[in-house]
Amino acid sequence: MDYNLDVTHLLAGSTLMVSFVLLYQTRMYGILNAFAMQAVILAMAVAWQSRVQHAPHLMVTAFLALTVKAGVIPWVLRIIIRKLGIQRNIETVVGIGTTLLVAVFLTMLAILIVVPMTSAHAAATRQDLAFALAVILLGILMMITRHNAISQIVGFMSLENGLILAATGAKGMPLVVEISVAFSVLIAFLVFGIFLFRIRERFDSVDITALERFRKERLEGRYSHGESLIQPVIPAMDPVRREPT
Amino acid sequence: MILPETALITPAMALQSLLIIPGIAAILLLLIPSFRLGAWLNVLATALTFMMGLYLFFTPHFIAGLLFVDAFNVYLIALNTFVGMTTSIFSATYIAHELERGHLTPKHLRFYHAMYQALLFAMNLALSSNNIGLMWVGLEMATVTTVVMVGIYRTPEAVEAAWKYFILGSVGIALAFFGTILIYLVAQPVVGEGMAAMTWTRLVADSGNMDPKLLSLAFVFLLVGFGTKVGLAPLHAWLPDAHAEGPTPISAVLSGLLLNVALYAILRFKMILAGNPESLSPGPILMFMGLLSLLFAGFMLYQRKDIKRLFAYSSIEHMGIITFAFGMGGALANFAGLLHMTMHSLTKSAIFFAVGHVTQAKGTKDMDAIHGLSESHPALAWGLALGVIAIAGLPPFGIFASEFILVTTTFAREPLLAVILVVGLLVAFGALLLRLQELLFGEPDGTSRPLEASLMPLFVHLALILWAGLHLPENLGIWFARVADLLG
Repeated sequence: MDYNLDVTHLLAGSTLMVSFVLLYQTRMYGILNAFAMQAVILAMAVAWQSRVQHAPHLMVTAFLALTVKAGVIPWVLRIIIRKLGIQRNIETVVGIGTTLLVAVFLTMLAILIVVPMTSAHAAATRQDLAFALAVILLGILMMITRHNAISQIVGFMSLENGLILAATGAKGMPLVVEISVAFSVLIAFLVFGIFLFRIRERFDSVDITALERFRKERLEGRYSHGESLIQPVIPAMDPVRREPT
Repeated sequence: MILPETALITPAMALQSLLIIPGIAAILLLLIPSFRLGAWLNVLATALTFMMGLYLFFTPHFIAGLLFVDAFNVYLIALNTFVGMTTSIFSATYIAHELERGHLTPKHLRFYHAMYQALLFAMNLALSSNNIGLMWVGLEMATVTTVVMVGIYRTPEAVEAAWKYFILGSVGIALAFFGTILIYLVAQPVVGEGMAAMTWTRLVADSGNMDPKLLSLAFVFLLVGFGTKVGLAPLHAWLPDAHAEGPTPISAVLSGLLLNVALYAILRFKMILAGNPESLSPGPILMFMGLLSLLFAGFMLYQRKDIKRLFAYSSIEHMGIITFAFGMGGALANFAGLLHMTMHSLTKSAIFFAVGHVTQAKGTKDMDAIHGLSESHPALAWGLALGVIAIAGLPPFGIFASEFILVTTTFAREPLLAVILVVGLLVAFGALLLRLQELLFGEPDGTSRPLEASLMPLFVHLALILWAGLHLPENLGIWFARVADLLG
C-alpha cells in the first residue's frame, strides 16, 4: 500500500524539518518548545513504524519519546532556565543564515550518501535512514554552533532522536538496543544535570564560554594553579538582557 | 591447559560473574558510608573479578547466550581484570590522602568507588558480549562513568575537561551507534531479522555475502565513532584534559584499559570487513591515523608542562603505534600490535601510579616545580625512571620487543612508512628522556612530603613488563600468534 510509505515519509521528513527549526531559535524557551515538538513527531513516527512492521514492542519506544522527551525533559530544563535566569538571547558562534546554509548542505550530503548505498533495502528503510542521518548531522551542527550548555544538551538529544528514528526504521532490530538507547538518554541527561549544577556552582553561568574564558585567564597567570576560584568570572546574570517572564 | 570439569563453577558462570561481581559491588559501594571499608571492598571485588578472568583464560572457548569467549577477547579480559585489580590496590592507598588534603569529601569517595566498579562492569560487558548492540551499550556506559569521575574534583579545570570529554565522547558514541544500525541493516538480508544479525559470530561467518558498499559506509561511522574513544588524531582533543584533571587512578584505567577496549571494538568490525574482499580495506586508513597520532603526539610531548598531560600525549602516541600495526595486518604486525597493547597497558598504568605518588609528594603537577626526585624519593625515582625507560622503548622491557618486531616487519614490507614510524618513535623517545632527566636530577625544591601510598602495584607492573621483555612466556607467544591469525 502506497500510503504507508507516504506517512512514513511525512513523519520522518517532519522530524528533519524541526531540526531546522531548532537551528534558528534565538530564545531558550523557543529551543525547548521546538525540541518537544520534535519528540512528539518522533513518537508518532515510531508508533507508525510499530504499526507498519507489526512490531508492538516499538510502542514502548514511542511512549518513552512522548513522555520523557516531549514531557519531562523540557519541563526540567525550563525549571533550570528559570532558576538560573538565563532566558536571554542565545549567542551563536556563526550567523543563523550561515548555519542554515550548512544545514541544507549536510542534508543533501546525508541523502547522497545513504540512498545510493542502500539499494538492497526497501524504499521506506532507505529514505528513513537518510532523514535520520540528516537529523544526526544537524544535531552535531547545533552542538558546535551554540555556546550555551543547555542548547548543547538539546542538540545532543536531537541527535539521539535521529538515532532512534534510524533504529526503528531498521526492520526487526531487536528491542535490547531500543531500550538501551532510551536508557542512555536518561543517563546522559542525568550526567548533564549534574554538570549544569556544577557549572552553575563554579561560574554562576551556564555559558560554556565562561569556562573557556576562565581557562585563558588562568594561562595568563591571573589565577594560580589549583587555587579555588573565589570571584565568579562572569557576573551572575545580566538583568538588562533578561526576558520578562 | 584445560581445567577439570569438576570445578566449583562452570565457565559460563565465570563469564557471567565478570558482570555480576562489579554490578553488585557498585550497588554495595554506593550504600556503604565508610570510605575505608569501601576502598577495600573495591579491592576485594576486583580481585574476585580477576580470578574469574584468569579462570576463563584457561578454559576452552564457548558462547553463552549473549556473551562469549574467544581467543581475542579472553586475553583482553584477563588483562583488564588484572590492571583493574592492581589499580584498585593503588587507589585504596592513594585516595584516602586526597581526602586528607581536602580535595574530596567522603561522599565523593563513595560515589567514586561505585563508579569504579560500574566502569569495570561496562568494560567487561563491551569485551565479553557477542552482540554489537550490547558492546555499544558497554562503551556508552564506560563513557558516562569516566566522565563523572573526570569531573569529580569539581575544580573549574576538571569541569571543563569533563564537559569536553562528554561532548566529544557522546558525539563519537552516537556516530558509532549509527554505524551499528548500518551493520544490522547490511546483515539483515543475509543472516535474517532479529538477534542473529547483531551477533558477532554470525556476522563474521557470513560477512562474505554482505553488500560491500553499505558495509564500508558502516565501518567509516564506526571508525570515527570508536576512534574518538581510542583518542586517535585528529579525534583526540578530549584525551589530554580528561587524563590530566581526573584522579590519577582513573588516568591509569583510562589509558591502560578503556582505550584498549575502544580499539578492540574497531578491530572486531575490521574482522567483519576482512571477510568481504570487495568492501573498503580498512588497513590504509588505520595506518594513516596511526602514523598521524604517533607524529603529532611525539612533537606535542616537547611542550608539556603538566606531568599527567605529558603521559596522556604519550598514550595517544602509543595508541597510534598499535593502530598502525593492526592497520598493516599480517601475522607479524598483528602479533606486534597485540603485544604492544598488553605492554602499553601495563607500563602506562604503572607510570600513572608513579605520577600519582609524585603529585602527592610534591603537591603539584607542574613539571617546572618538580626536580631532584632521585634525592628526595629514591625508590619512587627508580620506579618512575624504569617506567619511562620502558615506555620510551628501550630494552630490556616488553615495549622494546613489540616495537622491534613492528619496525623490522614494516621495513620489510613498507620501507617508506617504516622511516616515518622510526622518526616518530625517536621524537617521542627524545622528549620523554629529556623530561625524565629534569624530573629526577637537580636540586630538590618546593614542598616535599614522604610517600604515603603503596609502591607495590608499580613494581609488580614493572616486574611483569621486564619479564615479558626478557623472556616472553612460550604459551603467551603461541596465544598471541593464534589471535594474530584470527585478525587477518
